[in-house]
Amino acid sequence: MATGVQRASQLTMADMKGRVDPDWCPGCGDFGVLAAVQKALVEMQIPNHNVVTISGIGCSSNFPGYMNTYGMHTLHGRALAVATGLKLANHDLTVLVTGGDGDGFGIGGNHFVHSMRRNVDLLYIVMDNQIYGLTTGQTSPTSRVGMKTKSMPFGNIEAPVNPISLALAAGATFVARGYSGEQKHLTELIKQGIEHPGFSFLDVFSPCVTYNHDNTYQWFRPRVKKLEDDSAHDPTNWMAAMEKSLLWGEEIPIGKFFERTDVPTLHGAEPVLNDGPLVRLDPRVPPAVARSFIEELI
Amino acid sequence: MKQTFAIGIGGAAGQGVATPGDIFAKIFSRRGLHLNAYNAYQSIIRGGHTLLTIRTGPESVTNMGDRIDLLIPLNQDTMDRHLKLLTAGAACIYNSDTIKPGSAAGGVQLCPLPVSELVDITRNKVAQNTLAIGAGLHMMGIGFQALEEVLREQFKKKGEAMVAENIGVARAGYDYAAAHFTAFPNPLAKTEHRYAILSGNVAMAMGGAAAGVKFYCAYPMSPSTGVLHWMAAHARKAGIMVRQVEDEIGVINMTIGAAHAGVRAMCATSGGGFALMSEGLGMSAMIETPVVVINCQRAGPSTGVPTKTEQGDLWQMLGAAFGDYPRVIAAPLDIGDCFKLIPEIFNIADRFQCPGLVLCDLLLSEGRLSVHPKDLDFSPPIDRGELITSSNGNGAQSAVATNGAYKRYKITDSGISPRAVPGVPGYIHTVATDEHMEDGILISDEFTNPIKRRAMMDKRMRKVTGIEAAVPPPTLSGPRDADVTLIGWGSTSGVIEESCEILNEQGISASQLQIRWLVPLHGEAILDILSGSRHTIIVENNYSGQFARYLRSETSFVPDGHIRKYDGEPFMPHHIVEAVKEQLAGKIKLSVPMHEIMV
Repeated sequence: MATGVQRASQLTMADMKGRVDPDWCPGCGDFGVLAAVQKALVEMQIPNHNVVTISGIGCSSNFPGYMNTYGMHTLHGRALAVATGLKLANHDLTVLVTGGDGDGFGIGGNHFVHSMRRNVDLLYIVMDNQIYGLTTGQTSPTSRVGMKTKSMPFGNIEAPVNPISLALAAGATFVARGYSGEQKHLTELIKQGIEHPGFSFLDVFSPCVTYNHDNTYQWFRPRVKKLEDDSAHDPTNWMAAMEKSLLWGEEIPIGKFFERTDVPTLHGAEPVLNDGPLVRLDPRVPPAVARSFIEELI
Repeated sequence: MKQTFAIGIGGAAGQGVATPGDIFAKIFSRRGLHLNAYNAYQSIIRGGHTLLTIRTGPESVTNMGDRIDLLIPLNQDTMDRHLKLLTAGAACIYNSDTIKPGSAAGGVQLCPLPVSELVDITRNKVAQNTLAIGAGLHMMGIGFQALEEVLREQFKKKGEAMVAENIGVARAGYDYAAAHFTAFPNPLAKTEHRYAILSGNVAMAMGGAAAGVKFYCAYPMSPSTGVLHWMAAHARKAGIMVRQVEDEIGVINMTIGAAHAGVRAMCATSGGGFALMSEGLGMSAMIETPVVVINCQRAGPSTGVPTKTEQGDLWQMLGAAFGDYPRVIAAPLDIGDCFKLIPEIFNIADRFQCPGLVLCDLLLSEGRLSVHPKDLDFSPPIDRGELITSSNGNGAQSAVATNGAYKRYKITDSGISPRAVPGVPGYIHTVATDEHMEDGILISDEFTNPIKRRAMMDKRMRKVTGIEAAVPPPTLSGPRDADVTLIGWGSTSGVIEESCEILNEQGISASQLQIRWLVPLHGEAILDILSGSRHTIIVENNYSGQFARYLRSETSFVPDGHIRKYDGEPFMPHHIVEAVKEQLAGKIKLSVPMHEIMV
């Protein structure tokens, strides 16, 4: 996202705070994600009027309202599509898309896959709590097999999606996983994701303390292992990243799985944008061009 | 009666029906003639049966008409289906090597071309088509040079040998007709005008470019795909970002995203895709980001008849998305209007920050019409409404824009709140699909507030009054006290107009009330017009009388009768004329004319 990054002076955490306080349950993992995003923006000193935070619907999706940036609270599952249109119309803006696992991998699964293969230049943060929270606790696309919820009281019989493998397969050019309980590490991943030119996917374990009693802080803490601590991990190796993405159990990797910067971004590949963002182009078709359009028909 | 001449060219898909059609169209338009073309076809790439009707004349030709003057069947199937449509004075040119004529009506000239005797068919597989074009043009009294010119352009890319060969074949057909067939009594007229020939889809795409559309995206769906094709082919010259999206849900949301950033954004689809867009339309209305969405109707429900026309989506448009919100809906009256309407509806959508819906149909989308080039105005008025942009919107101001003073949804008398686009310092805000307060903060999750909810609904809905004032009411063509007043909407404009002319010639005075703006409808103005009518009939291309039901729901008006058609094909003038006479005679109140052409 290098093109959208512009420096201002002396932005502080207070400048990033939105007009309302989060309505998340006490202890919700999303607090940690919000703090890390705000911290990353402060550390990067990106003027907040140049940032647009776009969400879908769900617990995580009031996120734009808790930020002091331009924001869009859109429809369930559609944030990435809205964000793609916005980024293509003004690629000078830094675009953050926030959502949950139901929003992104369930109802929005189609847009998720296609946004990645298009390499739209934005950071997509999924606050993955493996449950539907706002609708009071139903199975989500990342709920483990056997998990008992209100919608599957006898246990989930459907295999969960693996967001990291899916993102790698779909062509995301930056794929990472964070954990809400690892603030510093998460902040670093967010900064890298914003800097990355292209689609940055960041899946964040963000425990739901109210409805998910399986995947708790206590469950995650001993399991998460930072890829950055593994000197053998090479984030430019796609096959190795794919293998790492399959690890799940006693040890669950977090950190940057994969990054490549040799793929053009969607806006970078489109010659129509050579003269700058669409919002600054003259809306009028030049008279000679208009005449040529009509001549074709005569 | 207008002087017109209609050619029908039929064959299987892939047999080359389009090329002779294009050649005739070019020759007619270069003679300064108007034309209207309609292609009846099926959802098949090769095979099936298509019939292209091209009707031409010195005055405007608003519909396919009732009569085929010259039939060119490219296969036996076409001969078998359509020879019986020809009446005295008409002719049929066919390849006598492969096609046997059936029995023709008296006065119909059968014109067999012994194709293998005239040309080497092993060298030129579409020789029969080119021969028939040559023969037909001679019979219409058009000099060979006109054809030679067009063939030269058509085959130029394939080299001089190909040009010469095709001109030779065409010449053989031309000369054979001179020696063996009787020419039509009236040679085709010629005028000094020059017209552009275009489809409704091309017209809407160009209208978008003229309106300043900078973002267009779509998922392919017949019969709207032509808009995408024009946009994609001309995007770089026109400076328009064009994307093909994974589905129509993505389309509407991407369009809204681009519009929210501050550009004019448009998309087109057909009924099925439009159904997928409806939740997004609600978002456009709720966050007050204007977009223009085109629905090119085809025969439904469900996948329906993808290549056939219908006016069956009116209630889908009226009811699209849940909840009450301001919207505008307009139905273009003809292909020229497809162009003109787009800048107009963008101005309304931008001013009132609401979705603008264009209700087109296959008849216009894929039909072709001659339009005067001056009617394709690329400098129409552009009114972006109360939009706060900044020439230096992403500038490096050091000031930290604070939340506070700016209220995106400020409550105003007009219901319109000045709209700032992202990137402008000092106007930071969040737009929300949840109900919200003036500053955009949600009033749905943490707390609700009936007073604020009502105030915000009132604010949005107040825009309706302004929209009504900004859109003109419909007007009546013809006398108020005519024997019959025909009421139609959108694409039936041309065929109803010609039906009225025919009725007037037959001594039945007829007037026409054609509706272009469906929302706002201007019900009182319509009631005022119709209060002077002696007999009212609503004509529409659907089963249930969707417009009749809508008009009644808005005004309590009940017409004297209905003419409806839902077989997938458009009205022909005689369908309406005959139905009007039956209804005036008191025989029936609902006519559903049978389409005689089997396509």
